[in-house]
Amino acid sequence: MSVPQNLRYAKSHEWVRVEGDTAVIGITDHAQHELTDIVYVELPAVGDSVEAGKECAVVESVKAASDIYAPVTGDIVAINEELTSAPELVNQDAFGKGWMFKIKLSDPAEVNELFSPSDYAHHIGA
Amino acid sequence: MVLTQANGVVSVPRIVSSGEHLKRTPLYAAHVAAGAKIVPFGGWEMPVQYSGILAEHTAVRQRVGLFDISHMGEFVVTGTTQLNELFTNDLRKLAIGQGQYTLMCNPTGGVIDDLIAYRIEDDKFLLVVNASNIAADLAWLQAHGISVDNQSDRTAALTLQGPLAKKFLENSAALPAFYIERESVFGCLCWVARTGYTGEDGFEILCEAGDAEELWNEFLEFGAEFGILPCGLGARDTLRLEACLPLHGNDLTADTTPLEAGLKRFVALDKGEFIGRAAMNEKGIARKLVAFKMAAKGCPPPRSHYPILAGGRQVGEVSSGTQSPTLGGGIGMGYVETGSAEVGTKIEIEVRGKLFPATIEKKPLYKRGQ
Repeated sequence: MSVPQNLRYAKSHEWVRVEGDTAVIGITDHAQHELTDIVYVELPAVGDSVEAGKECAVVESVKAASDIYAPVTGDIVAINEELTSAPELVNQDAFGKGWMFKIKLSDPAEVNELFSPSDYAHHIGA
Repeated sequence: MVLTQANGVVSVPRIVSSGEHLKRTPLYAAHVAAGAKIVPFGGWEMPVQYSGILAEHTAVRQRVGLFDISHMGEFVVTGTTQLNELFTNDLRKLAIGQGQYTLMCNPTGGVIDDLIAYRIEDDKFLLVVNASNIAADLAWLQAHGISVDNQSDRTAALTLQGPLAKKFLENSAALPAFYIERESVFGCLCWVARTGYTGEDGFEILCEAGDAEELWNEFLEFGAEFGILPCGLGARDTLRLEACLPLHGNDLTADTTPLEAGLKRFVALDKGEFIGRAAMNEKGIARKLVAFKMAAKGCPPPRSHYPILAGGRQVGEVSSGTQSPTLGGGIGMGYVETGSAEVGTKIEIEVRGKLFPATIEKKPLYKRGQ
């Protein structure tokens, strides 16, 4: 299972890529592999305020609906509209085209509390 | 997100109480070796998927799939007359070697279990019952004076499903639907039945527990050239739901009658007295089990217990739902008030507080060859 070195990770299997004062969020390759066959993604709306650790999106596989938690606090500034018609992008490219939403960080230091790649790799037993 | 083993098939009931010892079929090690994800189901540790639900589902619709159904229960019972008072269908109609889908009801007409009864001798029947109901069925039958030879633990069961299933069992290729015969399969003496739970042609093969792994491996090896895939409970659920085959615990419960579930053709109201008959006659049908399709492809898949609305008010509840791999959108079944149950009725499914349009469709949603 790939765990890119340039990302930070939440215990609940979301990844975070910091771009200036914004964080790009998705779910990890491990998470998509466990869920398999993603058929629906419900994203927050642009402008929503989200809080670290609180649920803010839903991803559904054939068999189950799973909550996605905001890994950091801030406002949603963009969502990946492509997932509406092509939710399978999350399976195909979890760290790239399968990104889900962008959060304008309230507190950029919050990112430091997330797992490093090696910690996350350990967390999933990779 | 929360990833746990119990993140299992949403639309099947988890009847595992905490601390209960989960049983394993004789094929457990083979499943793990094949990379299956294992989930608790009906008191058993069962494979929910191997390569993926969509791939497994497609294998069955287009080629052939192999399932372990050893968790199901097998009882041998005698006494046509007494048994006929416990089942809704009429056992007297069965020739030797013939089976029928039937239901066992409580006095209020609710469904204790649905099962297949095969007449294997003049007055002897083989019953194949749901895994999660083995104990309840056994207790009910025994309480009504039936002596049950419970062969569940020493019997394993595999099922080959799909248009190419008949290539595996040439000796049984002419066996009609719902018939069963004793047959040697790869040297193992089995019961071979022309039945299934997918909407495709196929066979259910009951064997000695000790023969299960050999048969499993032989089928996979023989089927390699046909693109066979081992299939788990996930695909079993999507396949049966497209075919609108009810699942006990979801679509059939102790509170729903076979008539409400649209299973009238398996209820011989004219055969004489049987448990549940009076209540069914008296109650009428206040609600019906309907099948529906979501109107748009980009909808969340419907799931059990989501509210069903019509004309702005709730008229029922989803009993089973999924994303349909064959039809390409959300599908489901649910109980709705009879006044809103007609085919073509526009309904809405409530998902996390939002409404998504759907239409009541003719059952089954998928029919082989159409």
